[in-house]
Amino acid sequence: MPVNISQDMGQDSSQTDPERARRFREAALPHLDDVYTLARYLLRDASDAEDAVQECYLRALKHFDSYRGPAMKPWLFAILRNVCRAEYARRASAPATVLDDDTPETAEQTPMWHEEQQTPEAEMIRERDASAIRRIIDTLAEPFKETFVLREINNLSYREIADAVGAPVGTVMSRLARARAMLRTAWLAEQEQAK
Amino acid sequence: MTCDEAEILIHALIDNELDASHAREVEAHIAGCARCTAALADYRRMRDVMAKSDLRYTAPASLRQRIDAALPKAAPAPASNVQPLPSRRSLLRGFAMGSAVSALAATGLVAIVLRNDDQQMVESEIVSAHLRSLQPGHLIDVVSTDQHTVKPWFNGKLDVSPPVIDLTAQGFTLIGGRLDYVDARAIGAVVYKRRAHVINLFVAQTSNAARKPAKIETVQGFNIRRWSDRGLNYWAVSDIGADELAEFGDKFEAAVQNNKEG
Repeated sequence: MPVNISQDMGQDSSQTDPERARRFREAALPHLDDVYTLARYLLRDASDAEDAVQECYLRALKHFDSYRGPAMKPWLFAILRNVCRAEYARRASAPATVLDDDTPETAEQTPMWHEEQQTPEAEMIRERDASAIRRIIDTLAEPFKETFVLREINNLSYREIADAVGAPVGTVMSRLARARAMLRTAWLAEQEQAK
Repeated sequence: MTCDEAEILIHALIDNELDASHAREVEAHIAGCARCTAALADYRRMRDVMAKSDLRYTAPASLRQRIDAALPKAAPAPASNVQPLPSRRSLLRGFAMGSAVSALAATGLVAIVLRNDDQQMVESEIVSAHLRSLQPGHLIDVVSTDQHTVKPWFNGKLDVSPPVIDLTAQGFTLIGGRLDYVDARAIGAVVYKRRAHVINLFVAQTSNAARKPAKIETVQGFNIRRWSDRGLNYWAVSDIGADELAEFGDKFEAAVQNNKEG
């Protein structure tokens, strides 16, 4: 879908229309965790992800008038992808920095579950599993990782993924098949090691 | 069907994106192919483990505040102190539905094998889930007539928090909650009783925040009252009469409304 990000950042009156801002809040803010999750997987860095998400929401607000569907989530994801691409370009031109993948991400995260009956042991197992799975997902090449995360973690349908990444559904299907096949190989290898 | 074809379509099968006849074809191939059977078992296991792990991230509160602060502030609320309800028309202006883009993008083969993501399919799955729940031992995961027990139980199991409201005083007794699967996704079910009849209230997230007023339909002999509100889709399913189900829905919606305001 076309997401026309133009350069003019001038404040026209529509930018400050409170009714419009309210509609935007109601439509877009409920997806903040989803957008942030995708940003974390695509950028693999918490503070870059925050910046990208903020930029994504500002662009989305700016273009909210031209938004005519499809669903809100794929539209936000499409904008986020554009922001992330700019970030990739910046990283490519910047001196190489090593991304520290192995930093436990749980420390800075609020867990999504707050059940009293969760024992600390159960929580630890859960967190260890999650970080192992995240590590495997991170080994996937970009288009495969993106499709996989959109499907398995952001819970999009094939058509919504196609909308978000601007590719035909057939491409989405073959990327997802590749992604899952690669993950299965890594998965089985990891299990073999654990024995 | 060849293994090459099945290798792609097996995923559409797992994701419940295949229409019924192609799903049967893929299943028939898998039944006669050890390699594809093993692959399917692995993929299903991977999905189970992933579903149990917490792979999502939560946006930091500071980010939420920064974005919120960057958005123009809403007009001050009217003196009555009651938040105006979003006008449905104004919401819809921003949300023209449907996606011609994706329809065009679908290639020939894919457009044929993928199922229609229509309401009917979801509703027949809702009825199947309702029927499943009536099997002995399947109705309830958390047994409680206390909404303050049932609601927290859903935390962490779903990416939404279904409203759990005790309607005993209104003639519909809350008896518990359950995690169910519809359209290959986890969905919350809040269970009520009316005399000897079970009412399953299924609640799922929707990306469309627009309010949709209730509609009652009959699918396979069951009544379904469906509506959408504040980013959630609701389906109340039961074998009680349409008028009683409508009463249930009206009372539930009124109670949700009161909770928001109270």
